[in-house]
Amino acid sequence: MDDQTRARLLDVARRLRRHVLEMTSLAGSGHPGGSLSAAEILSTLYFHVMRLDPQRPSWPERDRFILSKGHAAPVLYAALAERGFFPVSELSRLRQLGSILQGHPDRKKTPGVEASTGSLGQGLSIAVGMALAGGLDGLDYRVFALLGDGELQEGQNWEAAMSAAHYRLRRLVAIVDYNGLQIDGPITEVMSPEPLADKWRAFGWQVATVDGHDPAQISAAIGRAGAGDSPVAILARTVKGRGVPFMENRVEWHGKAPTPAQLEEALAQLEEVQARG
Amino acid sequence: MADIATRVAYGDALAALGSEDGRVVVLDADLSGSTMTAKFARKFPDRFFNFGIAEANMMGAAAGLAACGKVPFASTFAIFAAGRTYEQIRQSVAYAGFGVKIAATHAGLTVGADGASHQSIEDIALMRVIPGMTVICPCDARETEAAVRAAAQIETPVYLRLGRHPVPMVTPPGYQFEPGRISTLRAGQHVCLAGTGIMVAACLEAAALLAKEGIEAEVLNVHTIKPLDAETLVQSAARCGAVVTAEEHSVIGGLGGAVAELLSEAYPVPVQRVGIRDRFGQSGTPGELLEEYCLTATHLAQAARSAVMARDG
Repeated sequence: MDDQTRARLLDVARRLRRHVLEMTSLAGSGHPGGSLSAAEILSTLYFHVMRLDPQRPSWPERDRFILSKGHAAPVLYAALAERGFFPVSELSRLRQLGSILQGHPDRKKTPGVEASTGSLGQGLSIAVGMALAGGLDGLDYRVFALLGDGELQEGQNWEAAMSAAHYRLRRLVAIVDYNGLQIDGPITEVMSPEPLADKWRAFGWQVATVDGHDPAQISAAIGRAGAGDSPVAILARTVKGRGVPFMENRVEWHGKAPTPAQLEEALAQLEEVQARG
Repeated sequence: MADIATRVAYGDALAALGSEDGRVVVLDADLSGSTMTAKFARKFPDRFFNFGIAEANMMGAAAGLAACGKVPFASTFAIFAAGRTYEQIRQSVAYAGFGVKIAATHAGLTVGADGASHQSIEDIALMRVIPGMTVICPCDARETEAAVRAAAQIETPVYLRLGRHPVPMVTPPGYQFEPGRISTLRAGQHVCLAGTGIMVAACLEAAALLAKEGIEAEVLNVHTIKPLDAETLVQSAARCGAVVTAEEHSVIGGLGGAVAELLSEAYPVPVQRVGIRDRFGQSGTPGELLEEYCLTATHLAQAARSAVMARDG
């Protein structure tokens, strides 16, 4: 990836973060921590990697993205709006009655959302089904699923992992937002899913570990997918709350919205962090 | 005609449907020889996916296949489909609006000797409560075949409840199955016997017993428990003034629950629910179990007399 593209994707990620902070603050609830950690993953996918046409959200040949960690809906909504699936002005209606933007993704309400998620552990199975359908139809689209690291405690993920390798779904890419924290604390203290890379490998996947805040690394790892015969797991090392120092690596920002004063401070810090690069 | 299990009819219907409709794909969880999806698998190996003993993943993958325009039939035993993967059905399938067909075999007590762990007596209740779910429980092989075809045409999720044990043919040749529309099998004006699944045959037997006493029973085949055919049920309740429901399922939340909910609001009359009275099943032959759990024509006739007495005060 050239420097210009990388800079552009980092800039998109910054915009996504602004939206996440503003929309959760306005809604008075939501999940900023795990949304901020995934900003570069979403910007890289939606603004560089994925084959999409916002004018045709059901185009059969499009790449699919499943947000299995559905509580990070704000960052997905921000990416979809910035990409043109619906007006950016809708973001201010997050979590309101009658809004197209539900607290967790609802594919029937939001253009561009491929699956209804929020109950953890279910997204990768849906992605498996989509990848199987692509094989049946002879289409070469790819399917991306973004999983939380804590979410991997749900056993269904490993059923899905087993089946993806069994059916040699090489166009399936699981990306783990590896921020190390879940609601009750560090994942290794609550219920360690480690060793994660070994687990995915043992289940028959190719594994890459990357800096989840570096679009170049994310993109390169995705680019290597599809070469072999097996699905690819990308362990994207991230920081929960990334970009807002007072939220970074703080568990309490998993599911709490910033107050108006905190929003102001967060946005100011976001600009400073960006300026420092 | 020899008795045929509805699961066998399902397997045959699925294999036939596979030739006609290329969208149909079939998923199973290591029970294809019992659910009878193996027949489809042999004929269309590329469109059959075995997920092993991992039902939750199977249901999610079915959602993903439906998302891409396929018509997935996902099969396992009812206890695992409705029970173990309840939440996958609710979230990944129904809430998302994907038209997965959940074809669950081995429902009810007549699973037999395997016992309570494998006898699903709660699945109608669990599926019926999910918004937008269609729940169909065919009474015989002919109706099963029609229900499989009908389900493939329904764009929303469908739960098909099928049995392990062979059952007699109840519907006539040329029978027209319409989802959501009760089929009246016998005319009568003294009491309404509303049955579903294998209990429809028992309702007809009970009607014959009652006729000897001068009680003419109307027999309704309620193959679709959701959406419930309110119009036909209310008309029958108005005509007969007494209703008996019959199901191989708990009296809580299934057909009996659905009919009682409807009539208590729309046309209150005495309702007797014949079904399993809040207890688990056990090992035994299908015949022994139906007797032990009071699910025979004799029990239905007795319930009908009670309903008539309640009506007449």
